Amino acid sequence: MNLQVNGGVLAPELTKADFQSAQETRWCPGCGDYAVLAAVQGFLPELGIPPEQMVFISGIGCAGRFTYYMDTYGVHGIHGRAPALATGLAATRRDLSIWVITGDGDALSIGAGHLVHALRRNVPIKILLFNNRIYGLTKGQASPTSETGKVTKSSPDGTREEPLNAVSLALGAEATFVARTIDRDKKHLPAVLRAAAEHPGAALVEILQNCPVFNDGAFEPYTDRTSAAETLVHLEHGEPVRFGAESTRGIARDPAGSLAVVDRTEDLLVHDAHRADPSLAFALSRLGQQPGEPLPIGIFRSVDHPVFASNHEALAENRSGFGEPELDALLHGGDTWTVGA
Amino acid sequence: MTRVEERERVIVRFAGDSGDGMQLAGGRFTDATAALGNDLATLPDFPAEIRAPAGTLAGVSAFQIHFAARDILTPGDKPTTLVAMNPAALRSNIEELEPGGTLIVNEEAFTVRNLQKAGYRANPLEDDSLSRYQLKRIPMLSLTQRAVEGIEGVGSRDAQRARNLFALGLVCWLYDRPTDVVEEWIEAKFEARVAVMEANRAAFRAGYAFGDTTEQIDVRYHVAPATDIAPGTYRTVNGTTATALGLIAASQRSGLQLMLSSYPITPASELLHELARHAKRGVRTVQAEDEIAAAGIALGAAFGGALGVTATSGPGMDLKAETIGLAAALELPLIVIDVQRAGPSTGMPTKTEQSDLLMALHGRHGESPLPILAPATPGDCFYTVYEAAGIAIRYRTPVIVLSDLFLANSSEPWRIPQSADLPPIDPDFATLPPEDGQFLPYTRNPDGARPWAVPGTPGLQHRIGGLEKQDGTGNISYDASNHATMTAARQAKVDGIEISPLEVDADEGAEILVIGWGSSYGVMGAAARRIRIAGRKVATAHLRHLNPLPPNTGEVLRNFRRVVCVETNTGQLANVLRARYLVDVESYGKVEGLPLFAAEVEEEILERLR
Repeated sequence: MNLQVNGGVLAPELTKADFQSAQETRWCPGCGDYAVLAAVQGFLPELGIPPEQMVFISGIGCAGRFTYYMDTYGVHGIHGRAPALATGLAATRRDLSIWVITGDGDALSIGAGHLVHALRRNVPIKILLFNNRIYGLTKGQASPTSETGKVTKSSPDGTREEPLNAVSLALGAEATFVARTIDRDKKHLPAVLRAAAEHPGAALVEILQNCPVFNDGAFEPYTDRTSAAETLVHLEHGEPVRFGAESTRGIARDPAGSLAVVDRTEDLLVHDAHRADPSLAFALSRLGQQPGEPLPIGIFRSVDHPVFASNHEALAENRSGFGEPELDALLHGGDTWTVGA
Repeated sequence: MTRVEERERVIVRFAGDSGDGMQLAGGRFTDATAALGNDLATLPDFPAEIRAPAGTLAGVSAFQIHFAARDILTPGDKPTTLVAMNPAALRSNIEELEPGGTLIVNEEAFTVRNLQKAGYRANPLEDDSLSRYQLKRIPMLSLTQRAVEGIEGVGSRDAQRARNLFALGLVCWLYDRPTDVVEEWIEAKFEARVAVMEANRAAFRAGYAFGDTTEQIDVRYHVAPATDIAPGTYRTVNGTTATALGLIAASQRSGLQLMLSSYPITPASELLHELARHAKRGVRTVQAEDEIAAAGIALGAAFGGALGVTATSGPGMDLKAETIGLAAALELPLIVIDVQRAGPSTGMPTKTEQSDLLMALHGRHGESPLPILAPATPGDCFYTVYEAAGIAIRYRTPVIVLSDLFLANSSEPWRIPQSADLPPIDPDFATLPPEDGQFLPYTRNPDGARPWAVPGTPGLQHRIGGLEKQDGTGNISYDASNHATMTAARQAKVDGIEISPLEVDADEGAEILVIGWGSSYGVMGAAARRIRIAGRKVATAHLRHLNPLPPNTGEVLRNFRRVVCVETNTGQLANVLRARYLVDVESYGKVEGLPLFAAEVEEEILERLR
């Protein structure tokens, strides 16, 4: 299947190899980043966009190296600023497919301001946020998504702060596409990435990613086959929100208006990712934080809104009509007078 | 009977409360003066507060214009005529009025309450404290009210607001300025509000007629059109407009999309406002979420093949340092415009200073050299940013342009260039993959510049980043000798930038050299002129390139027995010159939020000649 993304040209017969650079990958053995890289390189050929039309822009952190492993154009920028670089590129180049690779420290701590504004501007970029709930590259400090009480090198007595929820934050920042997926889910991950690629505006995809060295097993309950049926709830647009080994449990609106876990199959919340009002998506994003609540994965929100800097064509036309005579006319604007020789 | 006296040059200052419309009156007076063919230079001086408490010293806003029958270089030191719209304006400006100068006051504003707010115990109009000046007490408010009486739809508030036009009319009469320029402006400005237009026009005419009929002012001054002006077509520009035009010209001549990203900051916001109006010429502007993002957005655009620009002032420069360092590592064109203001920290946002030179040179971690340019005059901002764009593109480097608040706000006549005469700028994008298939983004041409291959170009996909790059491939490299090679290559590229030699304007046998940079240009020239009129010898040299410095700089410095460096800081360039050339450069600087005055610089030079 070929898709049109940001006006990308359909190219014939692209393969995974077209997106693999010659650089040797150097993440730790067993790092979840390998799985994400393989999934991205594996699904990109489907988009039909040639590698030269693609740009990967990353910040600092283990995930930041991702850029070097893609045989596309790429910038490995500075800590937290990838959305800003990507915004500048998107503001002047509508013909490109632009991807931002970031992590929980990069996007939610030092670069949180840029993330929020790229989302609210609806910049046509796809942001893949690798969340491993730890600082890996700097060797194991608590991150803004580390669970309260987490003992790390920088928090020997356990963290005291509340963790940030990337999906809730994105929804609060007026994001038009917000999804969550898991590094080890070889079907769900590419499906979510594909949907993000198809989205015309800004897309935020939180990818729960295991760090085998500094935070191993952080997402074990969600990746372990025996427990996942009870700990995860898959959001499918237009479908009742249900989960459990026999799909006998679900999410429903309680009389007070909030969402609750229920043991029934009838009268469940029907997920509507296209709903204009983000408050139900936000309520869903709050699930999974209390014991007994399943963690939702899938697409929380996907709505059409005006895209940032979408007047490219008009601007390009204006520019091509601005030649030397027009420049001379501009320079001579306002009141002028002439002094004779 | 009113006499008319001929003057070679005149300095007029309009001063009032920030709500009194003094900048507007000054701006219109400037237009009328330009139309008459005088050379001119202006200096707006306003408070940081948008509306400081009315009538207080903190709220005083002033506009000074220096105009002459010959070429002039500065907005002038001391006014020969002061218009004071209230006691606070009088109090904060009277010290600077030339003895014998004309003092025009709006006497109705000298109420007990306003006198108290300005800190006057007694009304200065009533005692002899102003006897050194030609005091003209004019009831501007009631005269304006009378002028607008009977205009339908005009209330007393409108009348009050129009009193700046009355003052303007009077000063236009005093200096024999044409009235049509101002009237045309009023008609265009208030086209949609006929009553306001008529009120303003009536007030302006009343002011002019007041001078003409009352004989309260018995001398008018005539300043003939300047004759030593180079032939050509002129317009009035301030530094901000000239900067905007220079960037648009560079975009048009290079064929690159112009993209400015800025975060609101005084006094650089004006450039964002100015360029935001040019979408119809293909200009893209993005108001960023912060200073860091503004630099990042401009750099991201540059990666995509645009002319990326970010503009700010001191505090914003602090924040952009990290991104400027990245641009130096990525070796991409980026223009960073620093409209300097008084620091440190928030400092004085509406007051000028040239104190970011050392920061521009050294304010990044690691070895991250980059070119620095500084415009000499408001009109020169055009050529400076145009040259900065040429250097950034040719050498694939971030460039810092050190403008300042004085240049940004000050106006002067500007000889309009023909676009065809501007030097060409060739982006020289890499377009074809090498024959062996491996594109090397960090190879260098004889200029030391690397290829600029933009996304979308087939076969040239590459990755660049802030990590040290392997020479040639651009791949990550921690190799020790490679880092030394790359550090030297980045330095050599900047050191080798082709710039014009330092020109010296020296009298035969001059022993003292006055050197300066950026906006010191005008005051250096004006001071040298005074020295020469006094029969003494002097030499001047102005640096528009601060990094690299012109190749002959050391030679020039060593040619003089004494060198004094003039700058609006505590000696930043002087230190650089001393360190670089081991010459005993003396420093003369001032940090009072205003440009230097010619008389001060003259005095400094004369002292050293004694």
